[in-house]
Amino acid sequence: MGFDFNVILSKQDALLSGIAMTIFVWVVGTLAGAVLGFVVATARRYGGTLVDKALTVPIEVIRGTPFLVQLFLLYFGGPYIGLSLDALPAGLLALSIYGAAYFAEIFRAGYQSVPPGHVEAAECLGFTRIQIIRNILLPEMALLVIPPSVNMAIILLKETALLSLITVPEMTMTASAIGSQEYAFVEAMVLIALVYWVLVELAGVLGRFAEKKLSRYRLAKA
Amino acid sequence: MSWKLFNLLLEASLMTIFVSTVSILIGLVLAILLSAANLSGIRPLRWFSKFFISFFRGTPLLVQLLLLYNLLPVIGVQIPSLVVAIIGLSICTAAYQAENLRGGFEGVPTGLVESADMAGFTPVQTFWHIRVPIALRLTLPALINEAILILKASSLVSVVGLIELTRMAQNLVASTFMPLEIYASAGLIYLVINLVVATAGRQLERRLPGVGSK
Repeated sequence: MGFDFNVILSKQDALLSGIAMTIFVWVVGTLAGAVLGFVVATARRYGGTLVDKALTVPIEVIRGTPFLVQLFLLYFGGPYIGLSLDALPAGLLALSIYGAAYFAEIFRAGYQSVPPGHVEAAECLGFTRIQIIRNILLPEMALLVIPPSVNMAIILLKETALLSLITVPEMTMTASAIGSQEYAFVEAMVLIALVYWVLVELAGVLGRFAEKKLSRYRLAKA
Repeated sequence: MSWKLFNLLLEASLMTIFVSTVSILIGLVLAILLSAANLSGIRPLRWFSKFFISFFRGTPLLVQLLLLYNLLPVIGVQIPSLVVAIIGLSICTAAYQAENLRGGFEGVPTGLVESADMAGFTPVQTFWHIRVPIALRLTLPALINEAILILKASSLVSVVGLIELTRMAQNLVASTFMPLEIYASAGLIYLVINLVVATAGRQLERRLPGVGSK
């Protein structure tokens, strides 16, 4: 028994396009999830009790069920309610919605961390709500929100592997295909496991760097 | 969707609960051993523990399962899907639980460890009778959280051929062409199991005494 990584590495074009696709769905899914999550958290804060309660339900449902089931429900069940999506848009949509549910909770905690006095002071000075969000709430919660957001981005990177199960040509799918054709499935999996590992470590390093850069804005403890 | 189909899903969810429970428990034992390796003075053990935790937290569970499932026949081992699923999930959750436990072990008051040393406990005795129970108590909320994550992650063992809730749903969809109803029902069952675990966890946390003086 011997392992031969050369046959896999000789397919580098296909592998690289798989890696590029993984990074693409990861970045787009994470950014869309973060924006959507922020919108949901903001709606919960300013939309009144009814909106707040109504939005709790989808968040809990998404957080309480496996991403794989959500993905299958959207991709295979969607066409039955007139939502026929190709694999890539379906995967991106599922990933964004899944991420949004977690980001909504991260931003909710962020909103709660800002002392009410700061918001009240801004209101007294005549700031509009948009100005308060942009100039008071966002900067003050940024530092608190970064570590869990980086964590969530890392979780989403690993979830992108599941998109291979609905045939999005990202790196798990590309590597599985090459591995099966070349009778080197194990080598293919070891190789992409290493790529995921590097990407995850890189995301962690970038996150800590951002945290350090922003830490000079940390408020003095009263 | 008929009750017959829903019952099939319910039956398959027993396999989900079984695989998750066994994996969480094996994972917990592995995590304690990893923590012991990390706390020990032996450097290669510490390296191994760090590598293990970093690798299994840094790669997708799906890739780990596919790797394990295909690696075993290559190295000449034939084991049933159930065992592959449990090994894969246990190893993955061990890495996460060990990382959680690290925080717990750091929270063990040094005074307690020192008094155990003074009382003549060997390092191994101190570890099992003082550090582990306190670390476990401190990380109980994280452990319950991990249990819920593993219940959801167990949906991935469908790729190694074990008939659990998600795999049963896939099979039923293939024969009935009712993906909406079936996947929604599977989701509902996962949701209910998770709610039960979360509620039971909160009860348990409330009943157990805290650590140290309040």
